Amino acid sequence: MSVKNHYVTMKGTNDGIVVYLDDQCSFNLLLEELKDKLLVSQKAEETEIILHSQYRYLRKEQVDELKKIVEENSHFIIKKLDSYVLTNEEAEEWFEKTTLKSTVKTIRSGQVLQVNGDILIVGDVNPGGMVIATGNVFILGKLRGIAHAGYEGDTNCIVVASYMHPNQIRIAHKISRAPDYETEGSDREFAFINPATDQIEVESIQQLQKIRPKLLDVFERGL
Amino acid sequence: MKGVYEMGEAIVITSGKGGVGKSTTTANIGTALALLGQKVCLVDTDIGLRNLDVVLGLENRIIFNIIDVVEGRCKIQQALIKDKRFDCLHLLPAAQTNDKNDMTAEQVKDIVDQLKPDYDYVLIDSPAGIEQGFVNAVAGADKAIVVTTPEKSSVRDADRVIGLLEKENIDQTYLIVNRMRKHMMDSGDMLSVDDIVSTLSVELLGAVLDDEDVIRASHHGEPVAFQPDTRASISYRNIARRILGESVPLMAFDEEKGFMSRVKRIFGIKGS
Repeated sequence: MSVKNHYVTMKGTNDGIVVYLDDQCSFNLLLEELKDKLLVSQKAEETEIILHSQYRYLRKEQVDELKKIVEENSHFIIKKLDSYVLTNEEAEEWFEKTTLKSTVKTIRSGQVLQVNGDILIVGDVNPGGMVIATGNVFILGKLRGIAHAGYEGDTNCIVVASYMHPNQIRIAHKISRAPDYETEGSDREFAFINPATDQIEVESIQQLQKIRPKLLDVFERGL
Repeated sequence: MKGVYEMGEAIVITSGKGGVGKSTTTANIGTALALLGQKVCLVDTDIGLRNLDVVLGLENRIIFNIIDVVEGRCKIQQALIKDKRFDCLHLLPAAQTNDKNDMTAEQVKDIVDQLKPDYDYVLIDSPAGIEQGFVNAVAGADKAIVVTTPEKSSVRDADRVIGLLEKENIDQTYLIVNRMRKHMMDSGDMLSVDDIVSTLSVELLGAVLDDEDVIRASHHGEPVAFQPDTRASISYRNIARRILGESVPLMAFDEEKGFMSRVKRIFGIKGS
């Protein structure tokens, strides 16, 4: 082991062990030192680590190479890859996913509104109408049709409506429908997946800050 | 009456669902407008299933029809039938042997545009459904009247049609609730006018009771609006007055606090 360079630094944090990879040296040097470091700090049991590439952007092949080295030379498991940098594409996707789209419109029977990210509808969603979002659905009006939040599988998404009387509510892969008997709708409610029951449940809007305190925190929702 | 240089207004009467009373409504609004001295032309676009002529009792007088006009077999004036009762009410009948695909939207628009300068109102009776026939009927219209009954299926279809009308070149969409049964609305076994208006969120033009008089009149080929004193005929004549821009409160049969104030508000805003 030489002492001249420290391209790979390990630090214990609250999140676990973070392995910082130098962003100035060549990638090959980095791989070599990583291999050495891993062999030295070998542990018997499996341990999760976070790889942090700092200001170096890693292409997919490079990520694969890193993963291979870690897997072959240690019992470490990569929990997460972290970095300070993003490609434009990723940034745009993130922006798309986390910004609120809004529309002033009544969604009528037979109409389907689909968006990436969160949707705010100022108007009603009538029976037979449908709103689909990859994020949350906010309806400043009556929800009497179908709302689908977390279309691409995000189970943390919710559906909020000023007046809740839907045909169906869908969140990620879950579907819940109105009961077969006649019901009255109710004011200011939201629907979410309760992890305890793994079912879609409806609560009054006052409970929202308790159940989803970080609803609009874009950094929580990450990439 | 419109001035010399003023164009008439084309209004399409549509519903999506069949059997809600489009043709009856068209015939009655036409009759009521004629009673008020307006020059009215009714255009039946329900090719293959025509019945506006039957409701008006004009079936025997048909010589040419709208397809004959489209295909150049006659001039538009030759196909028009004058009503038995009013000189100022004319009908352009549909063809019974052809079907909806024998006309295009442009052709219908062309006909309506030809009629507009000669009339105060051109009422276009649309077929049921949302296919070619509907597209044809809507093509030339400036405004639309959506007819619904207080049944869920009918309201659902009306909602769909209003959504489709939003994409067309229509200035304004109005609503008529037909076949109301007061006691069933009161007992909650039928949607109330209030519920319907709140779901569809378009301006309510009027509500018509489900009345035997309507059926009887149509059986005899004489629109009920022609009668002086039945509840249905008063409803239709009120609708006609509202089309002319008068503000007429809804009739006493649906005098309920919430509803009345709502209607007053709706027509109060309209003003002129």
